[in-house]
Amino acid sequence: MAYAIEMRHIRKAFPGIVANDDITLQVNEGEIHALFGENGAGKSTLMNILFGLYQPDEGEILVHGKKAKITDPNDANNLGIGMVHQHFMLIEKFTVAENIILGREPRIHGRLDMNKAVKIVRNLSEKYGLDVNPLEKVENITVGMQQRVEILKTLYRGSDILIFDEPTAVLTPIEIQELIEIMKRLVSEGKSIILITHKLKEIFEACDRVTVIRRGKVIDSLSLGETNPDELANMMVGRQVNTQINDEPYEPKEKILDVQNLTVLDSRKVKAVNDLSLTVHGGEILGVAGVDGNGQTELIEAISGMRKVKSGIIEIDGRDMTNHRTRKITEAGLGYIPEDRQKHGLVLDFTVGENLVLQTYYQKPYAKAGILNQKVISKKARQLIEEYDVRTPGERTLARSLSGGNQQKVIVAREVDRSPKLLVAAQPTRGLDIGAIEFIHGKLLEEKKKGKAILLVSFELDEILHLADRIAVIYEGHIIDIVNPKETSEHELGLLMAGHKKEESRE
Amino acid sequence: MSGLLKKVNWMTLVVPLVSVFLGLLCGALIMLAGGYNPLLAYGSIIQSIFLQPYYAGETIRAMIPLVLAGLAVAFAFRTGLFNIGVEGQLMAGWLASVACAIELDGLPRIILLPLSIIAGAVVGGLWGYLPGLLKARFKVHEVISTIMMNYISLYATAYIIKNFLYTEGERTPTIPASASLASNFLANITQGSRLHWGFIVAIIGVILMWLILWKTTMGYELRSVGFSPDASKYAGMNVGRNIILSMAISGAFAGLAGAMEGLGTYQYMTINSAFTGIGFNGIAVALLGMNTPVGVVLAAALFAGLQTGGLTMQSVAGVPVELIQIVIALIIFFIGSSYVIKWALLRFSGRGRN
Repeated sequence: MAYAIEMRHIRKAFPGIVANDDITLQVNEGEIHALFGENGAGKSTLMNILFGLYQPDEGEILVHGKKAKITDPNDANNLGIGMVHQHFMLIEKFTVAENIILGREPRIHGRLDMNKAVKIVRNLSEKYGLDVNPLEKVENITVGMQQRVEILKTLYRGSDILIFDEPTAVLTPIEIQELIEIMKRLVSEGKSIILITHKLKEIFEACDRVTVIRRGKVIDSLSLGETNPDELANMMVGRQVNTQINDEPYEPKEKILDVQNLTVLDSRKVKAVNDLSLTVHGGEILGVAGVDGNGQTELIEAISGMRKVKSGIIEIDGRDMTNHRTRKITEAGLGYIPEDRQKHGLVLDFTVGENLVLQTYYQKPYAKAGILNQKVISKKARQLIEEYDVRTPGERTLARSLSGGNQQKVIVAREVDRSPKLLVAAQPTRGLDIGAIEFIHGKLLEEKKKGKAILLVSFELDEILHLADRIAVIYEGHIIDIVNPKETSEHELGLLMAGHKKEESRE
Repeated sequence: MSGLLKKVNWMTLVVPLVSVFLGLLCGALIMLAGGYNPLLAYGSIIQSIFLQPYYAGETIRAMIPLVLAGLAVAFAFRTGLFNIGVEGQLMAGWLASVACAIELDGLPRIILLPLSIIAGAVVGGLWGYLPGLLKARFKVHEVISTIMMNYISLYATAYIIKNFLYTEGERTPTIPASASLASNFLANITQGSRLHWGFIVAIIGVILMWLILWKTTMGYELRSVGFSPDASKYAGMNVGRNIILSMAISGAFAGLAGAMEGLGTYQYMTINSAFTGIGFNGIAVALLGMNTPVGVVLAAALFAGLQTGGLTMQSVAGVPVELIQIVIALIIFFIGSSYVIKWALLRFSGRGRN
């Protein structure tokens, strides 16, 4: 049987780099095929070639066994290839149905036939179990739903080969499960799927076969029955991966962060953090587990002074920091790796060097009497780039042009290097590849060893289980329970995260 | 990725040049259509501003307020703000400098002249401070408020002149010589042009903008807030204060531009019934100069040269002087459509598709 997609000996070079080097990818009809590799390995380039955004320098593409020339996305659409982009391309003020039909509107007497459009969308949604309301405005639906709208867009255009570009990066664990169900449903209805990802878990849950790419080359293409997560991880990184595990003894020192009866309102003036208390000691990593939207963001913003506290007390190292200015809190010893690295963590249009002094630019030796000392800043930047293995052409490169993993390393370098007493790390490894995750986990453990207090907020249970000394489960704005990671299970945590507290109490 | 970035950088240099070239080219076509000789016309401009001292002097004289107005726009733009109010800040600064010079007549030159210049900068800065305050406190968009402030300035200056500083000829009295930037020496070497010492102020302005933005912690904060208010807040900066500060500094540059007209070119201020246009040209100068200090100087030189040389174009080639305004408008148009130019350049350089 012919392959749904066969890309043969694809080569694509950009100035200074060969992004795809003799890559062959074969996707069977009706399978979910994972394209697995680190950030910058060449996955996106390959898919952009398949989608007609780039032209290969060499090689050929066969679709359903027939040679195809794909010069732009319209060609790809006509061949039944659809792409679900990582960053959604939706118009927020339009309804779901309007977004889906945009560009290919059903007409009646030359006018838009909205009734027909809604009907088509409803039918598609039912057929594939997508459960979206065609009449809802996109701005009112969740991120997970928006992704389904993207999927519907490709289905509406008659795609039978769907490319998912890192679809789970923006989803909560529950949404990820639902997405995997949807993908399986699509395949059972005769579609073929290429899943671009660097997450092992998804591959083993969803995929039939996997092609591993490293530095623009295919390392191997195999079916998932014949491999295991460790092997795949090693293949991707090209060396032995050491999962960082917190195996240092747990010897908590003095109290560094003390939050008492904290209540914080969110932007809609609803209590997002509700009478919450927690403490973090020196030499300890406190993991905060919970489903997104249970007050984690507001809790961290309150600690860092970016959001007003309604009531309660926040003490850092014994000093009252409730409702103080961010800078004062930072100077009192807070290091903060923010949840949204591009929005808060970096000034994207600043250079790497400028970003590395974002918290210290006004202090000696980086500035004196209001005048920046460029030399010292550059020297510090070069030292941190080296020390934290930031892959950048230099300290004068714009932060915008770095990959996500390297952007995060810039932030980690800046926050950890100041050696803060309290380090708040919010989703520190979201969207990063294994190599970068390993590195950042290593840095957090190092800080713990140095006796710093670390508050780790993450939606990735694995991350929390591996790193934390204690796990505080947050649910609807308060800590529902604190558990010992060595005595708990994903199952128990899952129940707590859903608000089911066990009968007997711990601690 | 890095290859693409390099290309964009290269293009930020090329786009203004292409825009100027296309503007001149289209201007030539219009001249041809009108039955004029464009080579003769452009030739006369070049000949006059480079070979005739009077026109050279007048070009530099016209550059002075244009550079400062361009700096005002560029400074605000670099910090993420769009100051359309340069025109109004300029008039406020103009009147302030003239009023200061007249009211404090009698002070020695060494005090009165700097004081009058500073008065212009301070009042211009105040005129920028208000929209900044409105934006920082009440989220009033600066484009709207600065446009409004332009009209307030236009009529307020007219009112003040009429009621407090009026003299014959619908203007203020002439400023005392001790506050004047005019120079017999400069006039003599340029065969009687109105060139004045203000060019030194403009040069200082250029250096000052560069120093403030890229060498001080203040500039670091201003640029940071301009690029990303969220990240700046995260880093503990006071976003609102920086917005206000940026608008005030921008306004001060504009006020200086006005002071140069008041203390240098004209030595008085007339009751304006319409905007001077310098502030609005400043927007074009900043755009063409890519919001860099040096770029602003080059762009101001081009605009000033065209305007001044345009006068000889009429006498030598018989081309109506208004055509120069069309050329300038065309250049601005092409700058505005830089996206199209970038796209075309990418296409022709063969890197786009295929």
